[in-house]
Amino acid sequence: MLRVDHWLSHYRKLGVAHFLIVDNDSDDGTTEFLAQQPDVSVWCTSDSYKASRFGVDWLTCLQIKFGAGRWCLTVDADELLVYPDSTTRDLNALTSHLDVTGRDSFGALMLDMYPKGPLGQVKFEEGQDPIQVLPWFDAGNYRARIHPVFGNLWIQGGVRDRVFFSSQPERSPTLNKTPLVKWRRRYAYVTSTHQLLPRRLNDVFDFGQGDRVSGVLLHTKFLPNIAEKSIEELARGQHFENSNLYQPYYNALIDDPDLWTKASTKYQGTDQLEAMGLMSRGAWS
Amino acid sequence: MSVGVVMLVHTALKRAEQVIRHWSAAGCPVVIHVDKNVDRTVYDEFVNSVADLPDVLFSKRHRCEWGTWGIVAASQSASSLMLEKFPAVRHVYLASGSCLPLRPIKDLQEYLGKRPRTDFIESATTADVPWTQGGLDFERFTLRFPFSWRKHRFLFDRYVEFQRRFKMYRRVPDGIVPHMGSQWWCLTRQTLSAILEDPDRGVYDAYFKRVWIPDESYFQTLVRLYSQNIESRSLTLSKFDYQGKPHIFYDDHLQLLRRSDCFVARKIWPDADRLYENFLNEENPLKGAEPNPGKIDRIFAKAVERRTRGRAGLFMQSRLPRAGHENGFTSAPYSVFEGFADLFEDFEPWLARMTGTRVHGRLYSKAGVEFEGRQKTFSGAMSSNAKLRDHHAQSFLINLIWNTRGERQCFQFGPADSQFVSWDMAKDPNAQISVISGAWAIPLFQSNRNFSEIRAEAAELQRIESEHLEALRSPWAKARIRIWTLADFIETPMEALQTVLDEMGAKNLRRVTEAPKMADLNGFGQFLQNLKNQGMHPYLMGDFPTESSPVNDRPSRRKPYLVR
Repeated sequence: MLRVDHWLSHYRKLGVAHFLIVDNDSDDGTTEFLAQQPDVSVWCTSDSYKASRFGVDWLTCLQIKFGAGRWCLTVDADELLVYPDSTTRDLNALTSHLDVTGRDSFGALMLDMYPKGPLGQVKFEEGQDPIQVLPWFDAGNYRARIHPVFGNLWIQGGVRDRVFFSSQPERSPTLNKTPLVKWRRRYAYVTSTHQLLPRRLNDVFDFGQGDRVSGVLLHTKFLPNIAEKSIEELARGQHFENSNLYQPYYNALIDDPDLWTKASTKYQGTDQLEAMGLMSRGAWS
Repeated sequence: MSVGVVMLVHTALKRAEQVIRHWSAAGCPVVIHVDKNVDRTVYDEFVNSVADLPDVLFSKRHRCEWGTWGIVAASQSASSLMLEKFPAVRHVYLASGSCLPLRPIKDLQEYLGKRPRTDFIESATTADVPWTQGGLDFERFTLRFPFSWRKHRFLFDRYVEFQRRFKMYRRVPDGIVPHMGSQWWCLTRQTLSAILEDPDRGVYDAYFKRVWIPDESYFQTLVRLYSQNIESRSLTLSKFDYQGKPHIFYDDHLQLLRRSDCFVARKIWPDADRLYENFLNEENPLKGAEPNPGKIDRIFAKAVERRTRGRAGLFMQSRLPRAGHENGFTSAPYSVFEGFADLFEDFEPWLARMTGTRVHGRLYSKAGVEFEGRQKTFSGAMSSNAKLRDHHAQSFLINLIWNTRGERQCFQFGPADSQFVSWDMAKDPNAQISVISGAWAIPLFQSNRNFSEIRAEAAELQRIESEHLEALRSPWAKARIRIWTLADFIETPMEALQTVLDEMGAKNLRRVTEAPKMADLNGFGQFLQNLKNQGMHPYLMGDFPTESSPVNDRPSRRKPYLVR
């Protein structure tokens, strides 16, 4: 609920025509709020998030039913998509460029945003732009390789990697996503939106010299309620394949850490992300 | 009424209407061709929407598919109608529905009024320009193309191969030399009517109907027959990407377009409200200068280059070039020093003072990354954690150099460090690697450890360093590499240091006056000899003289009692 209002308005500005949202048993009035929106369809479920492969099955089902033949953007409630000049060019402009250049998927890097100071100390009000209170990010500590099975780009790094996973970097979260796809019935996401089938859709980056247009998903996970959420997560055990492996991670979050260092970068907009090489416009000038 | 506009429209009719009103308000008659693929009801609605405008006519509709004759036929019908119905028109301007006038129409009218006999049409022979995409340049005039390139690519390609194989070439009609250029032109009545009323038009039309993408060559070729004065450029600003697809202008191009001084631009994104609002309503956004698309050209050329070459030394969501295709492994030059910090006690601060560069310690040290000042995190929030670094050691180096663009990085390296990047550095033309081989023995010599341990470690370090030197000396090595043995180096240390610093090209470099402090090497020769005596032959440090043999070593006293 904390994020939903701003989240909707962010994507409305980008020209999203309709929202399809799965509400997994929320109890803070989100369902009612969404039901009132003219451009939102909500599906409610109290089934296990884990048993539905972390929501992917729910989404795939909706996409098969309603998404075929359209450009579908699949994002979490804590992800805000930006791409080069996204303030002046909406998603229609982007998808029409992708259509013209013969692409049917679009890649984005997940960028973890965090505040300066301990996570719990930040003041955040419902409906506010989360980036205002989480303006910092790690600009240049990402490592990329090719996923051996799905052939997708596999990017790790960022603040979670730096602070929580330095003793087991191979477990650190995957940051590449392919959130925007011109959907067809036989397509399917594998894990979250990191990997897609058929494999060809993972081809959102240039394997030769060149570069393709890509975006960034501003990940606003670290809002002040993260500690509560982590306690809840630990109790539910609904996240990730091996929930107990992530216990130290959640425990560290409950301890109210400060993720900021003086090498952190403050978010200034899409031009900055592009100049820093976190995203690129390819031929879309 | 000197300029008439022929407009080809197929989508975004609302925007087209807006632009038609703009042309019409300035007193330009407009003849519109609407693609036959557009729905009848939509077409009627569109006709009605501009019914209130004087001097706006609709021409016979043709089916326009990209790369086919339809577009030429459309231009012909509409132009004929224009010349017939508006006898006062002197120049006919061919535009599309997604064209946007950037300067007041009056400017264009004046500009053309001053050049009453000039035809503005880009027209070049295929032999002289490398514009064409897809390998069909002159062949587009000599083969037949009955299959659509977009819809039946397979048949298109096979049929082209077939004709090449059996040399089924068409003959170009007598008297014309195929020329090509941008399809957006502005021709004078004299030239245009000569083309349209040519007694041989039937022959030319029949020929060009089978040419591929005739809209880029029909008028461009025929204009050469009649024009008295061709200015081979288009008055319409349009850019193409590396695949030959037109670039689209969005709201963020506003300033760029303003400064271009061009009369008309295409293609404009239909939802670019700011562009339409600004250019259709502003009084006089541009000064009465010559069109100056230079700046736009540069920016779009850069985009094309970036699309095809990428940004050097950047690996990210958009690009992960395979080895050897990187267009640069790293983004900027950097210097690697091997053995210097072992030989000189204060090498890092000295180097920083002398060159004004960023000098790190051993970045690949197994204990942890030694960033300058031993910071925990460095530029771009890079962590000093050795595990994170070693999880992808190449990325670490690439990121470091990318994050610090504009500032030269120097760091220490040696056989005691993680060797993952040994080959990558050797192959990287941005690396300047200076090695004092065998200097790793100095810390061992100074250490207070058991000799058997020292011996084992020396053997290991020597093995690692010789492997690294092999990489540096291999034919694949592209770095700027200098290797001294320790023995050679200490003979003329200042000269060697000067060479290295000169190669770094530091701007404010004077002659090196102040030397870094060298470690005390008294007894080092003996130390090496001891290793040899234990069966471990250190050879990388070169020929080090054993100062004196231990057997006849007398206590080295001064000679106080020597009487002169």
